Amino acid sequence: MARMKFLCDADRCIECNACVTACKNEHEVPWGINRRRVVTINDGRPGERSVSMACMHCTDAPCASVCPVNCFYTTADAVVLHSKDLCIGCGYCFYACPFGAPQYPRVGNFGSRGKMDKCTYCAGGPEADSTQAEFVKYGTNRLAEGKLPLCAEMCSTKSLLAGDGEIIAQIYRERVVKRGYGSGAWGWRTAYRETIAT
Amino acid sequence: MMAFLTRIRIAVGALALLAIFAALAPAAAQQPTQVNPTAQAVNEAQLFKQLGQIDGRCTLPDQKACLLEQPGGRDWRQFSEVTLPWIGAISILGMLGVLVLFYLIRGMVRIESGRSGRTIVRFSAFERFVHWMTAVCFIVLAISGLNITFGNKLLLPWMGPEAFTAWSQWAKYAHNYLSFPFTLGVVTICLMWIAWNFPSKADVEWLKAGGGIIGKEHPPARRFNGGQKLIYWIVVLGGGAVAITGYLLMFPFWGTGIAGMQTAQIVHGIVSVLFVAAMLGHIYIGSIGMEGAFEAMGTGTVDENWAKQHHSLWLEEQKAKGKVADAPPSGRMQPAE
Repeated sequence: MARMKFLCDADRCIECNACVTACKNEHEVPWGINRRRVVTINDGRPGERSVSMACMHCTDAPCASVCPVNCFYTTADAVVLHSKDLCIGCGYCFYACPFGAPQYPRVGNFGSRGKMDKCTYCAGGPEADSTQAEFVKYGTNRLAEGKLPLCAEMCSTKSLLAGDGEIIAQIYRERVVKRGYGSGAWGWRTAYRETIAT
Repeated sequence: MMAFLTRIRIAVGALALLAIFAALAPAAAQQPTQVNPTAQAVNEAQLFKQLGQIDGRCTLPDQKACLLEQPGGRDWRQFSEVTLPWIGAISILGMLGVLVLFYLIRGMVRIESGRSGRTIVRFSAFERFVHWMTAVCFIVLAISGLNITFGNKLLLPWMGPEAFTAWSQWAKYAHNYLSFPFTLGVVTICLMWIAWNFPSKADVEWLKAGGGIIGKEHPPARRFNGGQKLIYWIVVLGGGAVAITGYLLMFPFWGTGIAGMQTAQIVHGIVSVLFVAAMLGHIYIGSIGMEGAFEAMGTGTVDENWAKQHHSLWLEEQKAKGKVADAPPSGRMQPAE
């Protein structure tokens, strides 16, 4: 089985936000929630870089570790998913997540959090694959159709890569060798405790 | 022959060099230095070192999404999964163990001279109402809070995921909503009893004498003794701390960021488990630990001999104020013949 990962080549990202839009549209993500976002560092200064970030589907995921109701699970492709039926909206995964991936619809009183929502790597949830029940809660299950996450598929500069970790790391390595520079695989050390030697 | 060949080689070499310079010259004029975008580019490891977390700019209306990475979540995970359960287990089980041991050794603290049959008002109906409102809220908050830390280890395996989620969901609602009457109770307790809870010299003597619990003698005390003052300050300061940190967590991003909420949760967790341990001691001494103590918060009155034994100075004050009835002992304490 593949070990699915995301890799954002920040030297290619042009901050077009197509990945953000594609994700929102594909999964009909509700208002106020963004499963993916583009963050620009050093904006307008030398060394400006944009990074598209979502759930990184960590190895030994912190969200899963701190969840008081154990609603997370990891698929055979190493995608970290969760069950909205079990989630109680406590916010713990948000405190633990290094990437700010978990988000909560504001429902009910005070700042009360609803069921957590995050990037599913276009792999749905615990419901039967590609059913309406799955779509309503988690969005499209592209992985079940043999397709990769839409954000990466849409990327106009092929900055955002999704797929087996070994393969996308190799693609990135080749790019770095060819062009002679690379600002590294953002988030990899935090998410996978490894980095791509270039 | 050799010399001729050498000459040709030098000439060819010189021509080649000239050709290279000629070819390079215009290119060098256009690009005087080689472009290396990484020379000035940001580096993840370096940013972590400088900032601890990486923020940027984003175009989303939700500006909280501009946080790119916060590895501080790792430390919080360590606290939540390892540190807090240990602190909680040691303090709460430790306190329970101490109380059981103490009960086995010391037993219930009796009213030494027996009941006099004469009672004296200790807590008004309002005071008792505030106490029990806070107490009931505290118990629910404690159970629902401990469920978050220990539930998935202790209850989930035999409850099953669906039932455990249903229970935890209700526990979360109870935790959120009962925080309001609890906070109201803590504030009221703080205001209504503060006059009797400033530490005094008598408290030092009281503590030195082991509060009359460990030793045999009964040090004099006014309305609240050293131990009760300690409980008062634990409730006021501990309750205040859990209330403030709790509301910070309940209203995400109100005046805090992610690091602030992590800190709030750490304070909330540690103070809460210690608070629970302290309250176990309070519940023990107010129930099976001491004869005649529960009535103070139950009916609001205590036996005069209990007051003499535990709050001698207070009893004298009340007598001086004429608040103690001099009526003869009533009913059941009367000898039959």
